[in-house]
Amino acid sequence: MRITSEYVGQIGRLSRLALTDAEKERLTTHLNAILAHFERLQELDTTQVPPTAHSIPMENVFRDDTPRPGLTPAEATAAAPESAEDMFVGPRIVET
Amino acid sequence: MTEFEAVIGMEVHAELLTASKMFCGCPTTFGAAPNTQVCPVCLGLPGSLPVPNRRAVEFVARTALALHCEISPRSIFYRKNYYYPDLPKGYQVSQYGDDPIGRNGYIEIVVGGQTRRIGIRRCHLEEDTGKLFHVSPQTSEVDYNRSGVALMEIVSEPDLRSAEEAREYLVQLRAILTYLGVCDGKMEQGSLRCEPNISVRPKGSAAFGTKTELKNLNSFRAVSRGIEYEIERQVAVIRAGGQVTQETWRWDETRQVTAPMRSKEFEQEYRYFPDPDLVPMVFTPDWVQTQQESLPELPRQKQLRFQEQYGLPAYDAQILTETRALADYFEAAAARHADAKAVSNWVMGELLGRLNAASLDISESKVTPEGLAGLLDLVANGTISGKIAKDVFEEMFVSGKAPEAIVQEKGLTQISDEGALATTLDAIIAANPKEWEALKGGKEQLTKFFVGQVMRATKGRANPQLVNDLLKQRLAS
Ligand SMILES: [Zn+2]
Repeated sequence: MRITSEYVGQIGRLSRLALTDAEKERLTTHLNAILAHFERLQELDTTQVPPTAHSIPMENVFRDDTPRPGLTPAEATAAAPESAEDMFVGPRIVET
Repeated sequence: MTEFEAVIGMEVHAELLTASKMFCGCPTTFGAAPNTQVCPVCLGLPGSLPVPNRRAVEFVARTALALHCEISPRSIFYRKNYYYPDLPKGYQVSQYGDDPIGRNGYIEIVVGGQTRRIGIRRCHLEEDTGKLFHVSPQTSEVDYNRSGVALMEIVSEPDLRSAEEAREYLVQLRAILTYLGVCDGKMEQGSLRCEPNISVRPKGSAAFGTKTELKNLNSFRAVSRGIEYEIERQVAVIRAGGQVTQETWRWDETRQVTAPMRSKEFEQEYRYFPDPDLVPMVFTPDWVQTQQESLPELPRQKQLRFQEQYGLPAYDAQILTETRALADYFEAAAARHADAKAVSNWVMGELLGRLNAASLDISESKVTPEGLAGLLDLVANGTISGKIAKDVFEEMFVSGKAPEAIVQEKGLTQISDEGALATTLDAIIAANPKEWEALKGGKEQLTKFFVGQVMRATKGRANPQLVNDLLKQRLAS
C-alpha cells in the first residue's frame, strides 16, 4: 500500500489536525517508510500463530462496584485551557 | 401501485444501574452538579489505567442470557477511535467483532395476535460519553459526569416490519431490562436510547433497500411517530423516481418530522483495535450457569403464566407485565380477590388511567392492592354497586383511605332492601303515568328510564338488579 498526500489529509481531518502542504508531504514520506518496514514483517508466515491482543497472560481482572470520590470540579478543570463555572469550555462544536 | 414493506433494525443503548462507572470508581448519580463525578481515568488524563466493573459485566451477561444469547467464552474490549470533545480519551472503550459478551439471541413479541421472534445480533458492553452544552454562539461547554458510565448496546437483526413492531420490541426489551434491574428504562432521561435503522423494499422482495438511521427518539411515542414518518418519506422518494441515500435523520419532536443531520463530509474510520490496558474476560460454563440460575421470572414467562393461572386474555397479560412493579401489584390484589379478570379490568382501567393522568408511578399509588381487592369484594358481595365503586375508588386514589371506611362514612351502602326500593319505585310510577302506560304498551326502552329514576332518587345506591326485578314483577301483574 502506498500512502498519498490526500490520505494523510484525511487522517489529519479525523484527528482534528490542520496540516500544511509541507507537513503532509513530510508525513507521506515518513508513513510510507514505516509501512515499507511492516511490509517486510508481513513476509513472515504467521498463519499458525493466533492474533495477540495482549502481551501479558492475564484474564478477568475486575473491581467491585464501589463508588469512591474522585477530583473536585476545580481540580478537574485546573489543567483545561479554558473553563467556566466548573464546565470545560471549548470552541463551539456544530452537531454532525 | 407497488406495495412496500419496511425493514427495521434496532440499536439500543442502556445505561447500567451500577453505583460506580465502568472503569473507575466515580459515582453515577443522575443530575449531579457538573464535573463533580470525575477522576483521572474518566477524564482520560495521561498515566491513568482502567479496571472493569465486575457488576457491569454480570449485568450484560444476565441481559444476554435473558435475550437467549450465547455467551462468548472469551470476550475482549476494543478501542473505537474518534475525536470529539465529549470523549476525553480520544477513543471509546467498546466491543467489536465476533466476541461481544452475548450474541445470536432473540426477543418474542406479540403484535396483532401474532407471535414473532426478533433476532438479537449482539449484546455488548461499552462506556458512555460526556455531555455537551451549546450555550453561546462561540463556545461549547462539557460536563464529564457521564463520561465512562457503563453502557450496554443491544443490536437486533433487521427483523422488524412496522413501527408498531418496533415499538413493541422496545416495550418488551425495556421490560426485560427493568425486570433484571440492570437499567431504569427512562427514555426521557436518556438512560434508554434507541436508534432504529430503516429501509423500505417492494413487498415480497428479499433484497434490502438503502437504510437511514434515526436519532433523537426520547419517548415511545417518538419511536412510533418517527419510524412511521421515515417509512412514508422513503416510500414517497422511491415512488417519485428518486433514491434513498444512506444518512442519519433526526426526529424533530416539535415539528413531528424527520430532518437530515448535517451529512458527514467523509466516512468515519474508527480504527478499532484491542485495548492493551484491559485484559480479556473469560467466562466459564459454571459462571454462565450461575448467571442463568440467578435470572428472575421474565416478562414473557410471566405473560404466559398470567394467561394460564388467572385465565386472562393475552392483551391483559401483556399490559400487566410491562413492569415488574405493576405485575406484582396485580398479583397481590388477585391473591385477595377471587375474580382475577375483575382485578385486571380495574388495574388496567381505573388505576392506570388515574396514575397516567396524574403522571404517577404504580409505586406511588395510594390505592394499595389490599385496598383495591377490598373494594372489589364490596362490589362482589353487593354492598355497593359498580357505579358507586368508581366514586369510592376516586376517594381512595386521593386520600388513600380504606374502601370500607369510605363507604361507611359517606353512607354509600347499596340498598338491597326490597320493601324500601318497592316504595321508591311505586312513587316514581305514580309520578310518571304516561311513561308507565307506554312501557306497558311494549315500549321497552322505557325500562332504562324507570331504573334510572330509581337510581337518581337513591343517589346511585339502589341495587340495579333488584330494581329490574321489581319492575318486571309490576309489568307482569
Ligand atoms: Zn472516574
